[in-house]
Amino acid sequence: MALAPIAEGLFEVVGDVPHLIGGRRKTDGRMVFPLPTGPEGQNYEAVRLSPDGRLWSFTVQRFRPKSPPYAGADDEASFQPYALGYVELPGEVIVESRIETDDFATLKIGAPMRLKLVPFRKVGGDVLAYAFEPVA
Amino acid sequence: MTDVHIVGAGIHAFGRHDDKSGLDQGVFAVREALADAGLDWADIQFGFGGSDAAGNADAVLPRLGLTGIQFINVKNGCAAGGSALLSGYWAIKSGEFDLGVVVGFDKHPRGAFSPTPADWGLPEWYGETGLMLTTQFFGNKINRYMGLHGISATTLGRVAEKAFENGVRAPHAWRREAIGLNAIMNSRMISDPLTQYMFCSPAEGGAALILASDRKMRELGLSGPKVRGAAVRTRLNGSFEVFSPSLDVERAPSPTQIASKAAYEMAGVGPSDIDVAQLQDTESGAEIMHMAENGFCADGEQERLLAEGATKLGGALPVNTDGGCLACGEPIGASGLRQVYENVQQLRGRADGRQVADARLGYSQVYGAPGLSGVVILEA
Repeated sequence: MALAPIAEGLFEVVGDVPHLIGGRRKTDGRMVFPLPTGPEGQNYEAVRLSPDGRLWSFTVQRFRPKSPPYAGADDEASFQPYALGYVELPGEVIVESRIETDDFATLKIGAPMRLKLVPFRKVGGDVLAYAFEPVA
Repeated sequence: MTDVHIVGAGIHAFGRHDDKSGLDQGVFAVREALADAGLDWADIQFGFGGSDAAGNADAVLPRLGLTGIQFINVKNGCAAGGSALLSGYWAIKSGEFDLGVVVGFDKHPRGAFSPTPADWGLPEWYGETGLMLTTQFFGNKINRYMGLHGISATTLGRVAEKAFENGVRAPHAWRREAIGLNAIMNSRMISDPLTQYMFCSPAEGGAALILASDRKMRELGLSGPKVRGAAVRTRLNGSFEVFSPSLDVERAPSPTQIASKAAYEMAGVGPSDIDVAQLQDTESGAEIMHMAENGFCADGEQERLLAEGATKLGGALPVNTDGGCLACGEPIGASGLRQVYENVQQLRGRADGRQVADARLGYSQVYGAPGLSGVVILEA
């Protein structure tokens, strides 16, 4: 894929498999996502997170968020509601993410989810972002 | 250490007031509180004031009188007003002061808050991709709670229905018309499962309380509810709070649970002793979860309790007797003090049209960003 990532150090692809990059705090092992940057980043070691997890909770964004901070290249007329929520990566951390689905009504807490990299239509040009989708 | 009493309480009606600044409303509330206690501004020894978006609380001083008193601005997220009260409580309890005022006011722009990722120590992509909305947090939190504990969407609707019923009876409320359950359930979906009428709105208003030591109260021939317990607590690792790109797998008690426990211990009472409660209801789901987090029921019992009307006026434990944030709106600096104002009215038997019979112990809990909670327990 030729698209640039929406942020450096957010995810990486190993073989064909995408991974989010989290951080493990050196003092107590607490896991966070994303990996802290700047001076705070020195307290963490990078961790390649599991691409597989289970849906912890979810909701649906029904209106176009305010810009800024939202930077989608849509407008009030073309905005499409999207699902988002939290995915528990077993033994690691619970991460927030957009959830890709054709049917919001089929989303269920506890359902298996898998990470994928997806284009995000951002003002100024498309970039590569991440999302989870139900495992078929 | 001395007991602390609330000997005066004042409020400026919540809502939208295009002709008044937030400061105007704060000053109004202080004057109402002074009049309630029959005191002059010159009697006041100290002040703590909170405003999130309407300027420095200290700006009340030139209007009320530059008497040289200690006055401290309190900025503490959604618990600004509650933190001002706690500061005033400790100022008297420590023995440093005998008589003071706490005030909170605010005036927010219409619509949802517009956060900046950098202000929260978050990366830009988080806001850019549309993950940084307070409404999403509320949807996520109650959706999981409903899944785990068997709460239905109808129960969310009943919370809002009750709030608007109570707002009709409270002169300081903003929304003063009843809204039926069907209209609430069928209003625009904002963040599933929460509809438009299940959310409170940013608003305007002011509230003020006059605090006095036990000795000063008697010396002045005044009376008023005693502060039995007061606590502010912040989040732990493993608490679920707004604007969190990640959460700990190992879950922890909420800031409300630990503030509640501390306040009960300080007061030497338990949930079953409480006669009337004002609980943070940023949206319907928050009131449901806060019923359990403050110890008033087990997780999941809310489904039955709401169906029975247990939290309505006349029920076993009336909750948000003035309509709460849903009917009053949420001017952040004033919101926690509005809850205490309402409990003062209830405990003094002045809550005309919404009075809880023989209310002796009143409980209030304010909660919000970035993950803190303030609890106050009053005794008539």
